[in-house]
Amino acid sequence: MSAQRSARRRAKDALLGYALVLPSLVVFGVFVFYPFVKNFSLALHRTPPFPGLPKKYVGLDQVKDVLSSSEFHKSLRITIEFVMLTVPVGIVLGLLLAVLAHKQLRGMGIYRTIFSSTVATSVAAASVIFWTLFNPQIGLVTYWMGRSGDLGVLEDPKTALIAVAVTTVWQNIGLSFILMSAGLQGVPDDLYEAAAVDGADGARRFWHVTLPMLSPTLFFSAVVGSIMAFQAFGQIDILTRGGPDDATNVLVYSIYEDVFRAGNDGVAAVKAIALFVIVLILTIVQLRVAERRVSYAR
Amino acid sequence: MSGITLSGVTKRFGDTIAVDDVSLTVDDHELLVLLGPSGCGKSTLLRMIAGLEEMTAGEIRIGDRVVNDVEPKDRDLAMVFQSYALYPHMTVRANIEFPLRSRKVPKDQRALQVAEAAEMLDLTDYLDRKPSQLSGGQRQRVALARAVVRRPAAFLMDEPLSNLDAKLRAATRIELVELQRRLEATIVYVTHDQVEAMTMGHRVAILDRGVLQQLGSPQEVYDRPANLFVARFIGTPPMNTVRGRLETAGGTPVVRIGADGVELPGAAAAAAAADGLLEIVLGVRPEHVEIVTDGTPGALTATVEVVEHLGHEQHVVGRLGDGQLVTVRQGSHLPAPPAKSSVRLAVRVEHAHCFDPETGARLG
Amino acid sequence: MRLAGRYLLLSVLALIVLFPIYITVVNSLLRPDQIASRPPGLFPTDPQWGAYKEAWEGGHIGRYMLNSAIVTTGIMVGQVLLAILAAYAFAFLEFPGRGFLFVVFLTTMMIPFEVVFFTNYQTIADLGLLNTYGGLILPFLATGFGAFLLRQAFLTVPGELRDAAALDGYGHWRFLWRVAVPLARPTVAALSVFAFLSAWGQYLWPLIVTDDDRARTVQVGLAQLRREALNDINVTFAGVVLASIPLVILLLAFQRQLVRGLTAGAVKG
Ligand SMILES: Nc1ncnc2c1ncn2[C@@H]1O[C@H](COP(=O)(O)OP(=O)(O)OP(=O)(O)O)[C@@H](O)[C@H]1O
Ligand SMILES: [Mg+2]
Repeated sequence: MSAQRSARRRAKDALLGYALVLPSLVVFGVFVFYPFVKNFSLALHRTPPFPGLPKKYVGLDQVKDVLSSSEFHKSLRITIEFVMLTVPVGIVLGLLLAVLAHKQLRGMGIYRTIFSSTVATSVAAASVIFWTLFNPQIGLVTYWMGRSGDLGVLEDPKTALIAVAVTTVWQNIGLSFILMSAGLQGVPDDLYEAAAVDGADGARRFWHVTLPMLSPTLFFSAVVGSIMAFQAFGQIDILTRGGPDDATNVLVYSIYEDVFRAGNDGVAAVKAIALFVIVLILTIVQLRVAERRVSYAR
Repeated sequence: MSGITLSGVTKRFGDTIAVDDVSLTVDDHELLVLLGPSGCGKSTLLRMIAGLEEMTAGEIRIGDRVVNDVEPKDRDLAMVFQSYALYPHMTVRANIEFPLRSRKVPKDQRALQVAEAAEMLDLTDYLDRKPSQLSGGQRQRVALARAVVRRPAAFLMDEPLSNLDAKLRAATRIELVELQRRLEATIVYVTHDQVEAMTMGHRVAILDRGVLQQLGSPQEVYDRPANLFVARFIGTPPMNTVRGRLETAGGTPVVRIGADGVELPGAAAAAAAADGLLEIVLGVRPEHVEIVTDGTPGALTATVEVVEHLGHEQHVVGRLGDGQLVTVRQGSHLPAPPAKSSVRLAVRVEHAHCFDPETGARLG
Repeated sequence: MRLAGRYLLLSVLALIVLFPIYITVVNSLLRPDQIASRPPGLFPTDPQWGAYKEAWEGGHIGRYMLNSAIVTTGIMVGQVLLAILAAYAFAFLEFPGRGFLFVVFLTTMMIPFEVVFFTNYQTIADLGLLNTYGGLILPFLATGFGAFLLRQAFLTVPGELRDAAALDGYGHWRFLWRVAVPLARPTVAALSVFAFLSAWGQYLWPLIVTDDDRARTVQVGLAQLRREALNDINVTFAGVVLASIPLVILLLAFQRQLVRGLTAGAVKG
């Protein structure tokens, strides 16, 4: 009797549980898992040259083709260059600003607001702003560099990626500053006091107390920053459209072009899977390190 | 009318039996204390009465109604938790009102009942505060008010005073007893504190490892503990329990402990004889042992280990010849024997208890 | 002296960080010929507000901002709502497969949108939702990250509160809304602000699923404005300022929640 009732209550609870999870699951199913799995099928089929023709199953041929193509290699190299250009600089800048603004001094609130301010800009807004700054005719950066009228920095294959990186770093300063400040807040004050009692000066304190205590934050920011950089799209589309001469054609932009310019979702799928694998590796590294740190802490 | 009857109530968590075949009745208007050491299943039993925990076996009645199949909210019980379980984001008023809202009590009726409960627990000035702005004692009273406000058939309280400091606990104990009397409430009160149990309970149910050991008035469980567990659990300092051989010296039954012998109470002796026991555990409360002068017959020889001075009294711990310890509780005006000295301890046999050394059961 | 040095350094850095924003505001108030003049004007000596009107009406920024507001609100409300429901199930209800389903939720965090966007485009097209708010909102309604964060918050709700509520006559549904969610309010707020920020800034998805004004969001509108309004570059600047206003308000009004939202992941890691 009681068993029956409790079985009924448990069934009711379980049913409610499924009902609450279901809406999210449907969305995930349609917009995450289905397209994710679809990528593998797309990768195995070659897209016909003319729409309307049937797709042809080619096994791993297309995968091999794409992965060994110089176009993919170049795109991957550019993406990695972009990551290297944006992530370390972003972290160092964010750390510098956070350390300078950390002390409880008069007026620090204003500096903190200013340094956080770029989170209020979107990628598109930042890109439009920097596009004008880099513009050969009206751009102030060009003017101050004495390059007015020359080939614009965005049209020069040697400088285009750097210009895109500068835009990205600026737009991410706010986020980087906020993350680093939160990390600094986690460094217990008594550690500083202990260091001060030990007679460590500012620089030594930074290297021997602050930086080690901040290493989880730095590491996390590096991984998350890299993942974000691997997914960069908006700044490329607005600033350079992947050009000049593919100098800024990062992975996601080339996927976009494959699908929406060349109509070749087979090739795009292979690249998308590659992108997924990269992000997956970064995530696993991040989780592994976090796990190890937890077990150290115990 | 609103008594609670448990029959054969059992709860298993996997392999552990938290509550083992407990049967008891809580009378209407009674404050029954569930007492036992940590982990003995008190909370589990209380939560089964509340319906928060499923029973593995058994039956629970509230009044005449079997409530096994009744949802917690329909059992007409209110519970007071050890942590008080106040809703931190609500004011005191909203907290007290909360159980009424779900029961669709009309608004002005609600306000009336809240005011009344607040008045009763002296919370009228705090109604608009959040729990975080109250002291521990005030929070505790809010928890009580929230229980009182809907006038349930019975209250379940799980160590409601254990988060208070000693002084406040003593004061609140008295208030709770007062409240129970005023409301004529039926209360099942869980505690591991025997002082609470003895001072508050109309009756005390003592649990050990999920098994009900004894159910009786505080005086009963103190004067006639049903078994060794109860004997040792109730009373501070705990009862002396000394093991000895059963002998007959010149027609009278005697417990022989080392070289000494203590005469047995007649009823116990008969029971022991009926069970054919060779050994027995003699139980004597420390206040029923005296230090006597050398040569007193029927006394035990002991070496003083330590003397604890508590101001109004002192505890002399002596070691018998065979190594067993005996505590003597005596007034602080009496001279304390020096440590390591030899003393004679006389047992007031008329207050002694006898237990079966194997089962722990009381003899006689 | 060292203090003065610190302030000097801080101020210089603040100027550098602020400069692009400053020049954007200034240029939105200048005439195109003033912007192009050399040496450049760095102060709006004679502010012109016409560019804002032009961006709002001629550049359709008004319409795009409305679209953005609708889409962003939809995504934010949907994400928070769905995350609350799922997180409650994971934290308070027992059902077969709960652990597995939770892992499924976590797994979604490892699949970036950039890996699946083109198939999602096809799905939205097949559903006939191109150029609609629904098409912009639907793919982002669920969030594994949000469900994870809220579950953590719910797990800190003491079990005795649930028991007390059960005795007080509150079932799961009412307990969820009257106790669990209010107690998790800081997390809900952080999550909402975070969702707003990321939804407002989206670019790739609105770019591909809109090709007319009906649902186009302001981020795509900015890129379009920049392309079309080269002769009135001040209008582009005005558009950027307008498009940033909601986020500026968000930053100023909800700085604490924003910081919490942005660092939530960092604390976990
Ligand atoms: N949900 C559960 N799952 C498994 N075992 C449990 C559970 N709840 C309680 N137990 C076990 O049941 C036994 C009784 O627990 P209970 O909480 O009833 O003890 P208690 O007498 O209230 O102790 P305390 O005085 O410490 O509160 C303990 O051994 C405990 O470990
Ligand atoms: Mg307990």
